[in-house]
Amino acid sequence: MESFDGSVLWFSLPYLWKGLQYSLFLTFTAMVGGIICGSFLAMARLSGIRIIERLASLYVNFFRSIPLILVIFWLYFLVPLLLQGMTKTEQPITIGPDQTALISFILFESAYYCEIIRAGIQSVPSGQRNAAKALGLNYLQQMRYVIMPQAFHTMLPVLLTQTIVLFQDTSLVYVISGTDFLGAASKIAQRDSRLVEMYTFVALVYFILCYLVSQGVKRLQHQPSFKV
Amino acid sequence: MKKIVSIVLVGFSIGLGLIQSSNGQSQTTEFTGTLKKIKESGRIVLGVRESSIPFSYLDNNQKSIGYSIDLCLKVVDSLKKQLQLPNLKVETNPVTSQTRIPLMASGVIDLECGSTTNTKERQKQVAFSVAHYISSVRMAVKANSNIKTLDDLDGKPVVTTSGTTSDSLIKQNERGKKINVVNLYGKDHAESFLILETGRASAFVMDDVLLAGLIANSKKPDDFQIVGAPLSVEPYGLMLRKDDPAFKKVVDDTLKSVFKSGEVNRLYTKWFLRPIPPRGIKLNLPLGDALKSAFQKPSDQGK
Amino acid sequence: MDSYRWNWQVFWNTVDYGGEQYYQWLVSGLLLTIATSLLAWCLALFLGILLGVCTTTPLKWVCWIGDIYVEVFRNIPLIVQMFLWFFVLPEILPPSWGNWLKTGLPFPEFYTAVFSLAFFTAARIAEQVKAGIMSIPLGQKSAGLAMGFTLLQVYRYILLPCVLRIMIPPLTSEFINIFKNSSVALTIGLLELMATGQQVNEYTFQGMEVFSVVTLLYVGIALVVNAIMAGIEERVKIPGYLEGR
Repeated sequence: MESFDGSVLWFSLPYLWKGLQYSLFLTFTAMVGGIICGSFLAMARLSGIRIIERLASLYVNFFRSIPLILVIFWLYFLVPLLLQGMTKTEQPITIGPDQTALISFILFESAYYCEIIRAGIQSVPSGQRNAAKALGLNYLQQMRYVIMPQAFHTMLPVLLTQTIVLFQDTSLVYVISGTDFLGAASKIAQRDSRLVEMYTFVALVYFILCYLVSQGVKRLQHQPSFKV
Repeated sequence: MKKIVSIVLVGFSIGLGLIQSSNGQSQTTEFTGTLKKIKESGRIVLGVRESSIPFSYLDNNQKSIGYSIDLCLKVVDSLKKQLQLPNLKVETNPVTSQTRIPLMASGVIDLECGSTTNTKERQKQVAFSVAHYISSVRMAVKANSNIKTLDDLDGKPVVTTSGTTSDSLIKQNERGKKINVVNLYGKDHAESFLILETGRASAFVMDDVLLAGLIANSKKPDDFQIVGAPLSVEPYGLMLRKDDPAFKKVVDDTLKSVFKSGEVNRLYTKWFLRPIPPRGIKLNLPLGDALKSAFQKPSDQGK
Repeated sequence: MDSYRWNWQVFWNTVDYGGEQYYQWLVSGLLLTIATSLLAWCLALFLGILLGVCTTTPLKWVCWIGDIYVEVFRNIPLIVQMFLWFFVLPEILPPSWGNWLKTGLPFPEFYTAVFSLAFFTAARIAEQVKAGIMSIPLGQKSAGLAMGFTLLQVYRYILLPCVLRIMIPPLTSEFINIFKNSSVALTIGLLELMATGQQVNEYTFQGMEVFSVVTLLYVGIALVVNAIMAGIEERVKIPGYLEGR
């Protein structure tokens, strides 16, 4: 192998930056979507209605036992055919690769967010819930105005840690040739056969970003108001 | 934001289409299949490759270019005329050898502009245009290796791109010649070539023209050579959805007219004889007899 | 475009060349997934416990080694780590070593997958071990030392037996994760379950059936792992110990 050639990095920076932006966009939207869906799932799991609890926990356990790559493949290749079969339209219903990736991540990550949020809800003392009930709030109102705000406060560090995992998971769009940060780097790496430079750089950037955020999370955890 | 706008626009145009047809005033003939889809959405999605040089690959600005892309753009021009869509939007969606057929079947892409061999097996799932190129499967090896024929590969690691015709060809030959190779798979041609270049595989079995393109673009083209007798002949077609004769006719007619008018010679020269991006290297593959007759008598026969 | 034709018989179809049947591909993929994951799991468990212990010892520099390891291997995506081991490592080593990794070593993608999975998972196990040890009252350790145990003995006989029991639930999910994560190895060419599923799909175009079966197999693996770990938890339970926590 010839010596390390930094120039290939320099020239490909704009393209890599576009890839990184896509990774961050995916992470952010999937986080928002995942937390929203995860909250509903968690509320369903704690709703006290047996069938709803069962269904929600089936969903969570199912997505926690299959690989993310499998979810991506299902969405990418097969769901359009399934939808077509269900709606009996002439053409397969298409969702583009970007939407596919996004929906897969939301479906998959909401199972993980659900478990975090469930623990958060359970950490709120039951007196709060009873008090809210006594005030005449219904289940959704109790959650919305009393339980969730407190739960989110305690869960914030864990939610952020899960988001770091999500950010790392977005690199798996590589399998459907997505141009995220890793995808952009590998396209250049393979075209110019500059694997060493590109993959080392990618690892370094992922490390720095994830490390900084995880250090931030640690500081957050040490703030008195976040101590559980 | 752009997505939302486009979704709204698509919805809007479908709505408009419904109003128009319910008024019974559709100015032209009723379109079906892919043509209908394109007409209604105002966009066509082309499946493109990352490293099928010089058919469909990325230039320095990561833009899709190549011989097949140029041919597809001709098809787009015809579509614009026939569907009266001067502002037809052309979108590209990256595909690999593995993903191209499922993505076509599931409707993500409308027309694949790559280097796909038209086979009878694949025709069960998708359709092909008339052939626009004829290649043959051979193997690339390091110039300093002593591999000359397929028999020399016994016991050696051999790479090919997963999802290609070469994969089953190797399996077929292993059986016929009683040799046993260690199969390695690359996700796309560039990755397979890399596996050869870094010495993990002793040979890369693939269509000769793609091998020539990859070698020409490598850091040291002299380090590699293409050897062995052709294992099979591969007619390339643009890939489209099955059972869609109206769309296939547009594609075929466009290609036939490009062949007939001799414009294909200009395109051929541009991609196979002249220096091509990104490095300005010439492939120097003169137009062969098989391809000449394919241009004279266009055919969509699968092999 | 006609609608999808279901054909559950596809697994018993014979491959055009080679005379195998498609279900055999899936079985070989499944076995490779299991072999990769189990081997990686054993390595990860050993390395993870070792590193977790390191991060809690009174020796500053040993702590650092553990902490640095955890941070590095936790903060780089698994797929990137696999690429580093598979594509980058052989190129930066001296040529003779690199060549051995690429061609001398039989089945390089398998070993690369095992080691990268193990290194990745070890960091996560180490974190759990560290948290577990920290959660045990300091008095236990002091008492052990006061009784004349060496530090090694304190860990071996007092701390780890407790910690490992507390850790069974998080270890279960890591154990399931390692099976799921092994699918990432398809990107370095390992023909594990996910990859063979893809291959069968390529040859037969019966994606629905193929991916349904692959999904069921992964769910089955998870159920089996869950059952095994629950069984272990039951067997090693110390009556009255965890209930009080």
